[in-house]
Amino acid sequence: MRYLPKSPADRVEMLDAIGVPNVDSLFESVPAEYRLTRDLNIPRQHSESEVLDRFKAFAANIASGEIAEAKPAKQYASFLGAGAYRHYRPVVIDSLVQRGEFLTSYTPYQPEIAQGTLQATFEFQTMICELTGMEIANASMYDGSTGCAEAVMMAVRITGRSSAIVARTVHPEYREVLRTTVQHQGIPVSEVEYMRESGAVDLAALDAAINDDTACVLIQSPNFFGTIEDVKAIAEIAHKKGALLIVSIAEALSLGIVQPPVDADIVSLEAQSFGVAVGFGGPYCGVLACKEKFLRQMPGRLCGETKDVNGKRGFVLTLSTREQHIRREKATSNICTNQALVSLMVTVYLTVYGKQGLRDLAEQNLAKAAYLHSALEKAGAKKLFTGPSFNEFAVSLPASAEATNAKLLDSQIIGGLSLSQWYPELGEGASLWCATELTTKAQMDAVTEAL
Amino acid sequence: MSYPANYRFAKSHEWLSLEGENGTVGITDYAQSSLGDIVFVELPKVGQQVEAGSTFGSVESVKAVSDLYAPVSGTVTEVNEALNDAPETINSDANNVWLIKLAVTNTDEANALLSAEDYEKFVAEETGH
Repeated sequence: MRYLPKSPADRVEMLDAIGVPNVDSLFESVPAEYRLTRDLNIPRQHSESEVLDRFKAFAANIASGEIAEAKPAKQYASFLGAGAYRHYRPVVIDSLVQRGEFLTSYTPYQPEIAQGTLQATFEFQTMICELTGMEIANASMYDGSTGCAEAVMMAVRITGRSSAIVARTVHPEYREVLRTTVQHQGIPVSEVEYMRESGAVDLAALDAAINDDTACVLIQSPNFFGTIEDVKAIAEIAHKKGALLIVSIAEALSLGIVQPPVDADIVSLEAQSFGVAVGFGGPYCGVLACKEKFLRQMPGRLCGETKDVNGKRGFVLTLSTREQHIRREKATSNICTNQALVSLMVTVYLTVYGKQGLRDLAEQNLAKAAYLHSALEKAGAKKLFTGPSFNEFAVSLPASAEATNAKLLDSQIIGGLSLSQWYPELGEGASLWCATELTTKAQMDAVTEAL
Repeated sequence: MSYPANYRFAKSHEWLSLEGENGTVGITDYAQSSLGDIVFVELPKVGQQVEAGSTFGSVESVKAVSDLYAPVSGTVTEVNEALNDAPETINSDANNVWLIKLAVTNTDEANALLSAEDYEKFVAEETGH
């Protein structure tokens, strides 16, 4: 919202213009007994610098739950992942995205937008295709969870079938977003179990669950437990019965080392790991990528490369004819805002690291996770699943996850995410731990010590 | 622009060729020229029921998408699959490139459609020349 300052003289002029003596007379239609005659019971106003100081203090102390009072900043070690990953952000990302040409251009709608913006989007799409093994990628979506919902609706349009199967190993909050999105679209969603030993989708149960009405199977890999799914085997099961396979990827960095889901029909990727800071719930950067034959059913827009009349290379927005600004209520999707600036962060990140850099980084994550596992084992934790994993894994701790985390917090450590709220069958001690390249050996040793 | 005398025309710019109860539907020469380069045609599935005036698909040009309306009610018996690979043939020969074939349920509905002559007048009025 724009900030419009008004002086007392401005107020008088405005009141004169509409012919009332004072502001109170605007509320005369509200009976006197319902009007508030005292001041609101809230603290006095703060100056901008006071507000900034206050929030900086909040940010520093929020982990401890001590947010009421500003205290000196504390450094916490965090082992949380579960869909939001802390990775190093090269400073060049912010210096580039904060250039006025990028920062001030709102999500570009018209084909006539700046060539620089278009080229950045084109490169983003190209790199996403290379990473995911898909043939086309769109110019980005809100986030990984809405991307899943869009992919399911896409599969329903493509197959002409009406229901969807989602693995219980897909992020619980992604599943919630999916249910919210499709609940009024006549798309029933059923869930398929995981194998208690490996933590991967139960293939036999999946095979039995797919019927002639199943438009798609939605899985996540690495899944919510960190286990890498057998995408090829799942694709075979789905395709055999005419259903599409959608693979959701929450930890994009896994693509640096895990084989891309080339057997999928649609990939819904959350690209936050690539240079987007973990904030209070956002922003995130969703991406949809798919096989080219599904192009017309993909929501959002694409950016294409072409030549102008003089034969010079140029970039254009294309295939936006099914978007809301052209097709109104008949649009393929109601998502009309992509994450142009955030996807630019992703583009810069991928350009900085490159193919080998991404692989090296992924290997570091793998090594750190292995060390974290051994550190937790020393403290009595047992790995819950045998399936292969990337930088995240589920363990069972002797005490409840809540009790363990409360204890760790005293040593400035934010422990793993408790799993029992979504998976009560795993027990109170089940939690999900993540190590990235930013996790230090000292931090991991501190966990062993504190427990 | 040409409009075959043995066809019937809807105000939504589709043509209907009726032989007994077998209807063939396409879009008019005027429609293709207004849309410009056609890049995609979305067609229904065989067996789908359509009502006169209801949408049965869409036709997409570079910067617009238009719905296709059934001129009469019926069941889709055939769709022109060739359009998936070559939608641009509509631009070159709109009168002869069909979209769907219908088993028409009520042939009387065709009487409500325009003749070639009336359709030409209708288009002239609509475009103002």
